[in-house]
Amino acid sequence: MGEQKSLTIKGNMATALGAKLCRPNVVPAYPITPSTLFPEKMSEFIADGELDASMINVESEHSAMSACIGASATGARVVTASASQGVALMHEMLFIASGMRLPIVMAVGNRALSAPINIWCDHQDTIASRDSGWLQFYAENNQEGLDLMINAFRIAEDDRVLLPVMVGIDAFVLTHTIEGVDVPAQEDVDNFLPTYDPKQGTLNPKEPATFGSFAPPEFYQEFKQAQTQAIEDSRSVIDEVFDDYAERFGRQYNKVSTFECDDADIILLTMGSMSGTAREAVRKMRKDGKKVGLAKLTVFRPFPMPELKDILGDAKGVAVIERNISPGFGGAVFAELGATFVNEKDRPIMKNFITGLGGRDIFIENFEEMYQKTKDAVEASKVEEPVEWINMNEEVTR
Amino acid sequence: MYEVRFHGRGGQGSVTAANTLADAAFREGKDVQAFPMFGVERRGAPVTAFTRIDEKRIDLKIQIYEPDVVVVLDTSLLDVVDVSSGLKPGGIVILNTSKEPGSFDFGDADIYTVDATSIAVENGLGTETSPIVNTAILGAYSRAIGNVKLESIYEAIENNVPVKIENNKKAAKEAFEKTKGV
Repeated sequence: MGEQKSLTIKGNMATALGAKLCRPNVVPAYPITPSTLFPEKMSEFIADGELDASMINVESEHSAMSACIGASATGARVVTASASQGVALMHEMLFIASGMRLPIVMAVGNRALSAPINIWCDHQDTIASRDSGWLQFYAENNQEGLDLMINAFRIAEDDRVLLPVMVGIDAFVLTHTIEGVDVPAQEDVDNFLPTYDPKQGTLNPKEPATFGSFAPPEFYQEFKQAQTQAIEDSRSVIDEVFDDYAERFGRQYNKVSTFECDDADIILLTMGSMSGTAREAVRKMRKDGKKVGLAKLTVFRPFPMPELKDILGDAKGVAVIERNISPGFGGAVFAELGATFVNEKDRPIMKNFITGLGGRDIFIENFEEMYQKTKDAVEASKVEEPVEWINMNEEVTR
Repeated sequence: MYEVRFHGRGGQGSVTAANTLADAAFREGKDVQAFPMFGVERRGAPVTAFTRIDEKRIDLKIQIYEPDVVVVLDTSLLDVVDVSSGLKPGGIVILNTSKEPGSFDFGDADIYTVDATSIAVENGLGTETSPIVNTAILGAYSRAIGNVKLESIYEAIENNVPVKIENNKKAAKEAFEKTKGV
């Protein structure tokens, strides 16, 4: 084992270093706040001779993802980064990447969508890409950002998966914040992640072939079913890879991580950087004698139904706390958690809280309030208001 | 947990000061965060940056609203920014000024001053009109607060400051020695 280096770095640097350690061959990227440092750093690594890769400068995110698709189809290892409107502009190409079963990895600086224009954190950009066929991981801190990038390549390129992966790091809260990060040695990442050697066909002028071209009604559904089976198969691959990473590098990832859940009556379900503040809130509430726990979703796609059933099944109430909103319904996780439990006779009371949109901080007091509202619903055995907005600016809403 | 807020103007190095302080504390085995005021930046405009230091792991993922210490890199900001806003009771204010601590009043806050501008200019860091005072002010921080050693700030300067490393270390040392209010 080589020695891990401890550095103080921004989240964007953490995902860039994670990507660099994976030795990508091609980096097509278009800069956008708050992800801009990622392409800047990748381009520096290449210019300084630290990374042997081709940087492709493009004129839009749509072209960035198109170039990712072309490069990946030749069998190259490909990484990019984007955020917000950039991910939105890529939208149609995201489906082509997953439909062509290309193991592209993208770091996303999770940022709100316009209008109104907002450069700060929420999860609307990647949640809006939920059905694009990409796996989705969310980091709580910069260490997770770096580690998840390395795990993402190994999972994406596994023969049983062959699908693209997004790794989300929260805008500014992580992308622009310096934290201490342990950076693995190159030789150890090389051992963990072998060179990408696609067994499937690749684009090669010497053996011309067409990919992703045309499937009439007799075949299309089979393609989609096969693609869906691959993301189902990724469930066990994710566990395998996370466990192997833990063995090698000492940091264990889980699709859902828990804190103080064993005897908890009420569990807070969170995603991304808010999970850290939520953990502090749980510590405070535990001191006050409240039986509360935290479940953090690291993997949102594939949605970890069996794990969530296990972890939340015995709780009396679950507060589903989300930095996204599907107007006309509620939060995305709430919808899927509801569906997870729909055929279970015994299930917790579930409440959905929308908060932290467009970069608004989610304070410890907010988590205490959401705990209390969920507890009240449990005690009343009734949910009056399934979806509530938390920490509204009263001066604006009045 | 210890929370620090830096006030300066774009170009003076407030963000580098916050980052360098975090790196210095990290080198002493502490957990740290450092971040700018989330948003857009312009040269000359007021800049705010933050550092969070703790003996144990920092889980908190919110901005800093009630700092223990406020560091002011440019006292011309005192007319336009309420620098002691949210400062914890009994907190500390460190100012870059040639004046004595007694010339300022921030309620019950302890005040320390250092002429970081002169020290920076004498060490060739920036110019008289736009001095880069961030490393000097960190020397004053180390003296006034004492939770990060001057030697760790030297190491962090080597790691975070791109040019004139020796001059920056000397500026930090001189500011450490010349801090008033101790």
